[in-house]
Amino acid sequence: MAAVPPAPFTIRVQLFARYAELLGADHLDVVTDGPLTVGEILSRVRAFPGGGTIGVGTLVAVNLRQAPLSAPVTRGDEVAILPPLAGG
Amino acid sequence: MGYLTRRPIDVSELIAAVSAPERGGIATFVGLVRDHHGGRAVRALEYTAYEPMAESICAEIVGEAEARWPVRIGLRHRLGALGIGDTAVAIAAAAGHRDEAFGACRYAIEELKRRVPIWKRETFADGSEEWVDPSRTAAPSSEEREGMAPW
Repeated sequence: MAAVPPAPFTIRVQLFARYAELLGADHLDVVTDGPLTVGEILSRVRAFPGGGTIGVGTLVAVNLRQAPLSAPVTRGDEVAILPPLAGG
Repeated sequence: MGYLTRRPIDVSELIAAVSAPERGGIATFVGLVRDHHGGRAVRALEYTAYEPMAESICAEIVGEAEARWPVRIGLRHRLGALGIGDTAVAIAAAAGHRDEAFGACRYAIEELKRRVPIWKRETFADGSEEWVDPSRTAAPSSEEREGMAPW
């Protein structure tokens, strides 16, 4: 089979509360030409200005559920980076 | 059903919604905005949420409690700007007897605090503002372990 060149796509990463403030945006777009893991997305987001403050214990949600660092993320997935929760 | 609301929470309405002739015991937990945090005077606070996920996790927690105990659970969490003494969260657990009601109510508030993506920004008396980060203060979790009011 002839190799089809990968088409780059965008994964939108939502930011909340303290992280939205530190990065100055409520979302960031990560451009990739293939699926990424949650851990890879975190590394990309940490490379944005202000992103270095995102701590190691940060939660990441994929499609409204907490996801481990190894979880794959691909086109159309809803990704969010969550600072420490403080409800109640 | 919406578990998050921008309007004042009516606890009696929440209790009425889970009441039934066979449910003789209702346990409630009501969390109010406190006037201090970490030794500093708090003037006001604002709650924000990742709303679709928060709604989905609240539904999950209510479902878990209703599966584990023979109860009906009502749950509301406020969003937006709140003043001291305003109701931030309310849970009503209605059961045939008190053990189930207390158990389910306790479970729901603990899981809400642990899993629901909601954040609060406090404004202190001196005008400074700060996002609350429970992971940086040891006191709340030990209070919770001791069974004291978590806020």
